[in-house]
Amino acid sequence: MTDSKQTLQLNFQLNGKALEVECEAQETLAEVLRDRLNLTGTKISCEVQVCGACTVLVDGLPVSSCTFLAYEARDKNVLTIEGLARPDGTLHPIQQAFIDEFAFQCGFCTPGMILAAKSLLDENPKPTEDDIVHYMDGNICRCTGYVPIVRAIQKAASGMAKKEK
Amino acid sequence: MSGEKKREFHVVNHSVPRRDGRAKVTGKAPYVSDLKLAGMAYAKVLRSPYAHARIVSIDASRAASRPGVVAVLTQNDLQGINPYYGHAVKDHPLIAIEKVRYAGEPVAAVIAESERAAFEALEFIDVRYEELKPVLTPKEALEKEAPLLHERKFEAGALRGFEGEVTAGKGTNICQQHHIQWGDVEEAFKKAAAVVEGEYYFPMTYAYAMEAYVAIADVNDNGITIYSSAQHPFMVRHDLKSVFNLPVSRVRLIVPFVGGGYGSKSYTKIEPLVAACSWKAKRPVKLQLTVEEAMLTTRSDDAYTWMRTAVDSKGKIIARQAKIYMNTGAYAENSPLVVEKSTNRCVGPYAIPNVLIENCSLYTNTVPASSYRGFGCAQVTLPGESQIDELAAKIGKDPYEFRMQNVAKPGEEFFPKMRPFDGTLKEDLEIAAKAIGWKEPLAKGHGRSVACSGSDAGAYPLTSTAVRVHADGSVTIMTGSTELGQGSHTVLPQIAAEELGVPFDEVNVVSSDTAITPYDRSTGASRTTTLMGSAVLEASREAIQQMVVMAADVLKVKIEEIEVIRGGVRCGEAQLNWSEVISKFYALPDGEVIGRSYIRKSGKFSQLPVFWEAACTGVEVSVDEETGKIKMEKLATVGDVGLAINPALAEGQDIGAATMGMGIGLFEELVYEGPQLVNGSILDYRLPRFSDMPKEVELHLVQNQDGVGPYGAKGGGEASLNSMAANIANAVDRAVGVRIRSAPLTPEKVWRALKDRKQ
Repeated sequence: MTDSKQTLQLNFQLNGKALEVECEAQETLAEVLRDRLNLTGTKISCEVQVCGACTVLVDGLPVSSCTFLAYEARDKNVLTIEGLARPDGTLHPIQQAFIDEFAFQCGFCTPGMILAAKSLLDENPKPTEDDIVHYMDGNICRCTGYVPIVRAIQKAASGMAKKEK
Repeated sequence: MSGEKKREFHVVNHSVPRRDGRAKVTGKAPYVSDLKLAGMAYAKVLRSPYAHARIVSIDASRAASRPGVVAVLTQNDLQGINPYYGHAVKDHPLIAIEKVRYAGEPVAAVIAESERAAFEALEFIDVRYEELKPVLTPKEALEKEAPLLHERKFEAGALRGFEGEVTAGKGTNICQQHHIQWGDVEEAFKKAAAVVEGEYYFPMTYAYAMEAYVAIADVNDNGITIYSSAQHPFMVRHDLKSVFNLPVSRVRLIVPFVGGGYGSKSYTKIEPLVAACSWKAKRPVKLQLTVEEAMLTTRSDDAYTWMRTAVDSKGKIIARQAKIYMNTGAYAENSPLVVEKSTNRCVGPYAIPNVLIENCSLYTNTVPASSYRGFGCAQVTLPGESQIDELAAKIGKDPYEFRMQNVAKPGEEFFPKMRPFDGTLKEDLEIAAKAIGWKEPLAKGHGRSVACSGSDAGAYPLTSTAVRVHADGSVTIMTGSTELGQGSHTVLPQIAAEELGVPFDEVNVVSSDTAITPYDRSTGASRTTTLMGSAVLEASREAIQQMVVMAADVLKVKIEEIEVIRGGVRCGEAQLNWSEVISKFYALPDGEVIGRSYIRKSGKFSQLPVFWEAACTGVEVSVDEETGKIKMEKLATVGDVGLAINPALAEGQDIGAATMGMGIGLFEELVYEGPQLVNGSILDYRLPRFSDMPKEVELHLVQNQDGVGPYGAKGGGEASLNSMAANIANAVDRAVGVRIRSAPLTPEKVWRALKDRKQ
């Protein structure tokens, strides 16, 4: 970071708060989140946009932050795993369902997995099993065999639907 | 353990939620990739483009003067340290010395103020190579005129994990040879009623731990501290101690959460290199590999197996013979043990009176192979369980019934000198068969298979722990076992809570810091619940014994008058919980009691294997005859685990392992074209995804409390992988009548076989 390269000022909403951060033009959103803002919940794995570990939501839609230029997030709303639980510590229903259903082991894919699931449930609150499989197919988990993740998303969906009533 | 059987459990045998749950769903769980140290620099590695070449010269001066570069490490900077490491044989230089042995081998490392600066400087390192002829397959490696990969003689490592010799380092390309033999194989095959014989290939695979190898080293006058994604911090410590010639007490390995291991993070990987970088740069250095680089670091051994198996006229298996050639790549790593284990596991969980298995692994100019979930078992279970089906077909028997007739029985000494079989495979098979509807009618193009495996667990009993009971009654377990996701941070507190009678939530775990946590040999070979679990159980009981003595002192009575009750003691009317015992003993509400335990190869752990890891899987597949594509319709796993301390976690291990095995059966394979790995990225290396999973999945556990671990527990977590490739091959044969003897069963391979069948 000591390089005398041109930097730019970025403004975006991060987990509900307005933020200004300095970064270089070529920095990805994942680099800015992890290295400049110390938000290390966003994980880096394949770096070619196929594993989903680095998924964050930009204006509610999932993006692979490992290949998404931070600059592209300017003036937008970025949600990372750190912003999902309520400020009082209450977990989001998807987070709770992942714990209840043993939907992770090593946990490295989990932040991206949970954010992708949130985007799915925001768009489609009552997904079928096929909807879940189709939507989540861009997220790899090497530990669980996926079955408990599908169950967790179903459980979160039904819990969230009950609450709405 | 029979006394334990009737006992009602309070905490164990319950699926309590994971201890690390909240940290992992909120993104707060620390992995090494997330850590930064003050004053830390970053390393990037220059890798060889050649598979086999002599390094003529390296000039790093241009790179060293680039902006932000702190130092460059090459073979020219290793004076004062012992640069070769390896727990089996010391054949592995921490950075290439004089020659490179595979395309992708580290040749230089740049240390800079930022990762980007380090990366940008790599192209300014000038390396001149003189290419040598590469050796790419075991067959080539065995040729008389084959170039030698290793000219040096090596020291065998004391911690290789088995008693036999290591073949490596004796002037050939042979890395390891092992054979087992009993009965009279030749005679048995002559007398056989039916014989099947075939050649099989199990591919090179990549474990894809989603967190690639990463380590931060701080080497200074006080010694070495390394944060690493290693499964076995104590084994890594041993290698570093010898590289830097330091006492054990001055080498500290710390492992926080690990983002997937599956054996691929067993033993030493990048730690000597990053330590040398820190030593050269005189400041902390972080080396984070990319996944592409991780694919150039460790893979599974691929295996070429010739096998034949014979039955008598009553359908009893009477002989098996196999010759296996394994490809261990450029360095031995853990492959000598993989060879030993795959040789043993060739027998399968069957009582066979005549056996001859010969196994030989060879150095080649490819990525080094090492442990991979189930080490060596999947490689030989593909031929082994394929031949069970092939034989059944040949003698006109139902393959399920054929297995039921031949599997090792509980208590049977089916493998000479080893522990009698401690599982119940007939029961397991029955459950698996029922789960996939074995006897129900099949749709056209569908096929089913059930298969099993039994592994002599590689878990070597050398484990210690401390269980600290604090003055408020809460407990800290000090364990050298690493939380890889398998759930040790949940299972171990369950055991302590069960024994001490304290709430699960009040038992905390401190793990994998070699300066603080007592020694544990490794976290692998499905050992942790059985060995570390036993250690935690015994240490908890030892703490109780100490607290009984303290209670007697506090109450001024004889020790014999103290009765232990759940969570405390009683003496007549007086009743004290642990908090009261400790607080009264010290006369202050503070202080602690430390229960200890040392597990070694003695007592109930004196006979190896410590347990047989047994499991069955069942599948139903459908095959699209137009494309050759296989679809998984059903999957069942049956884990023969003795007792599941946490059933949900045990089932999670089984389905995870079966899914990895399914990936190998269907599409996972590292592909070489000549000396270059051509699918060395997750873009090209096909992994199981959500949509690959069958719609019907059943997970079963068999809990007969027949293991030597706590409450009769045994290890699990590898076995469901082992039989999956064979299962898929068998089911495809039953679906469309083609026998495929190599994994993965890609659509192209199946389509070609179907085309050949039609002609």
